[in-house]
Amino acid sequence: MEMHPVVANNITKYYKKYSRKHKFLTLKSALVSRTLFSDLKKDEIFKALNGVSFQIEEGKTVSIIGENGSGKSTLLKILAGISKPTGGEIITRGRISALIELGAGFHPEISGRENIFINGIILGLSKKKIQEKFDDIVRFAELEEFIDNPVKSYSSGMYMRLGFSIAINVDPDILLIDEVLAVGDAAFVPRCLDKINEFKRQGKTIIFVSHDLSTVERISDEVIWLKNGNIEMQGYPKRVTDAYLEYIGNRSLKRAAEQHREEAGKHDGNEKNWGSQEIVIERVRMTSSDGTEKYLFQPNEPLSIEMDVCANVRHDDFVFGIGIFNSEGTRVYGTNTLIENLESRNIEGNVKVKITIPALNLINGSYYLDVAVHKRDGYPFDYHHFQHTFQVNSLHKDIGIVRVPHEWQFSGNIQFQKINEE
Amino acid sequence: MIEKLKELFKYRQLIVTLVSRELKARYRGTVFGFLWSLLNPLLLLAVYSIVFAVILRNGNGRIEDIDLKGVDYAIFLFTGILPWLWFSSSILEASSVLTVHGNLIKKIRFPLEVLPMMVVFTNMVHFLLGLPILIAMIIFFGKMVHLTWWLLFFPVALAVQLVFTLGLCFLVAALTVHFRDLKDILSNLLTLWFFATPIIYPFMTPSIQNHKALVWVLTLNPLTHIMEAYHYTFVFGRLPHWKKLPVTFIAGLLMFYLGYLIFDKLRDTFVEEV
Repeated sequence: MEMHPVVANNITKYYKKYSRKHKFLTLKSALVSRTLFSDLKKDEIFKALNGVSFQIEEGKTVSIIGENGSGKSTLLKILAGISKPTGGEIITRGRISALIELGAGFHPEISGRENIFINGIILGLSKKKIQEKFDDIVRFAELEEFIDNPVKSYSSGMYMRLGFSIAINVDPDILLIDEVLAVGDAAFVPRCLDKINEFKRQGKTIIFVSHDLSTVERISDEVIWLKNGNIEMQGYPKRVTDAYLEYIGNRSLKRAAEQHREEAGKHDGNEKNWGSQEIVIERVRMTSSDGTEKYLFQPNEPLSIEMDVCANVRHDDFVFGIGIFNSEGTRVYGTNTLIENLESRNIEGNVKVKITIPALNLINGSYYLDVAVHKRDGYPFDYHHFQHTFQVNSLHKDIGIVRVPHEWQFSGNIQFQKINEE
Repeated sequence: MIEKLKELFKYRQLIVTLVSRELKARYRGTVFGFLWSLLNPLLLLAVYSIVFAVILRNGNGRIEDIDLKGVDYAIFLFTGILPWLWFSSSILEASSVLTVHGNLIKKIRFPLEVLPMMVVFTNMVHFLLGLPILIAMIIFFGKMVHLTWWLLFFPVALAVQLVFTLGLCFLVAALTVHFRDLKDILSNLLTLWFFATPIIYPFMTPSIQNHKALVWVLTLNPLTHIMEAYHYTFVFGRLPHWKKLPVTFIAGLLMFYLGYLIFDKLRDTFVEEV
């Protein structure tokens, strides 16, 4: 039988939550109410992991993805031996180094030099071994000048670099990494990834927990998707991350629709909404090309914005406008009828206004929509600011603000192969 | 149990490192360095000396050919206060050591029993650092108190106290994770315990010896015999009680066994509770 460095057999982890009153438990209250022993029994159970089994082959890099609370960190803690599973067994072979929180054992008052020794010993190295590795650790952390200063004077980046540097120099056979790279600065993260790649080349086993799907795809040989404490899917990275993205997208579709309904519900007295109300935008809907209401779009999909408008009195000076903002508040696009040389003549009673965008060409993310009707000089009749939201769910991972339409073309002796997703 | 003890022994390097880290961190950046650790016992010494040797002076008598008055009383007091502070600080610090180091417990695979041990050994170092002062006091100021060869029995008393304190600290550290208010109760209990231990008075004081109930209570207190052993070796120049001290040692071993057993049983709950 082949020996895998990590074998998990039907691992369960139940967090036993105490009853509500137990949260305030003190010895006094336990003695007074004579419930000392019954209080120690835990009643509510939260199933963090629910029978998870997998094997990891030697030298493979496996990523674990999943939403918050899906059990990723619990699983990693069990792999690291920090907490014990409630049921099932975990077999690991070789020295494990867990990068769960960098610099967890640092003492702020003493120098970086001494902390390296102490942290190294806590992580299971001998003093001699640390002596040998000392220069490497300091060099990789780029802390030559500061190594004799107390750690409390370090910036959070320096702190993290030192922690990472010690942890990887433990020379593990199995490396566990939990999201720690998320806090690194732009210059250090690539070096961490280099180091991780070096581990890969040395044939070491790596387990990587992250929300950063592009890194996951880049470094993993296999991806495990955890959902509510179960393995939802496991296999080839691209296939799993795409399925995961689609799931997340479908869920945010529901949420976006709910959010839209909710936010459209609250109207007056909201500072996101102002104007004289002589002309009122009563309802805003986003629809797809076939007219069904929709708040989640693919980047190349058409989008229509429909407004039900009511002009209480007749007006001849009015402008309709829209604005699209991304989640950072940057205006992605804005236009109005005046800009587009439409001169207003007449509005009265109930009318409908509709603007259609044939293809959104936006990247992944949430967007806000502003709609407004105002006079030519800017005097507002009705202005809805950040009141409407929609989502763009893209399988592409392109970056920037807009997805500029494009096409690759090659000529000469150059060859590409479309990545087969299975 | 033997297996567990072997494992504890394996962590000695870790314990040594952690203790030196604690000591360094505590005195880093203070002008007087470790002298601060002596401030506490010296202050206590001053207060009790004034109260018992000046204000309530007729409370002292001749014990074992030594007249506990003035400087000699101060020496006697100091002999008890130093190990008492080792004991009480260890217990108090053990009550919070697991929560304070929650980060280590939650983020690193770490032998948790090392933490209460670190507390006990750190405070033991403080205790040992106070000893030269005690010996200097005896040499330079002792009137009827002199250094004798019985001082060689000091390590025996130290070992008994160490085992007992370690056991109690395991117990306290484990229980305070589940009952947070134990910490507050502890400081009150320790005050009580202080007065129930012959530190400011000798066990041989006639008013105690004539009171049956008091003798019973004090005899049941393991610290009584440990303190007596210190008193005998430093102040009275005598062999520590040959029966009481070994019995106390056995009691200490039981305490250690019980404390470690409970700590070991509750070990897996710490990660989730701290």
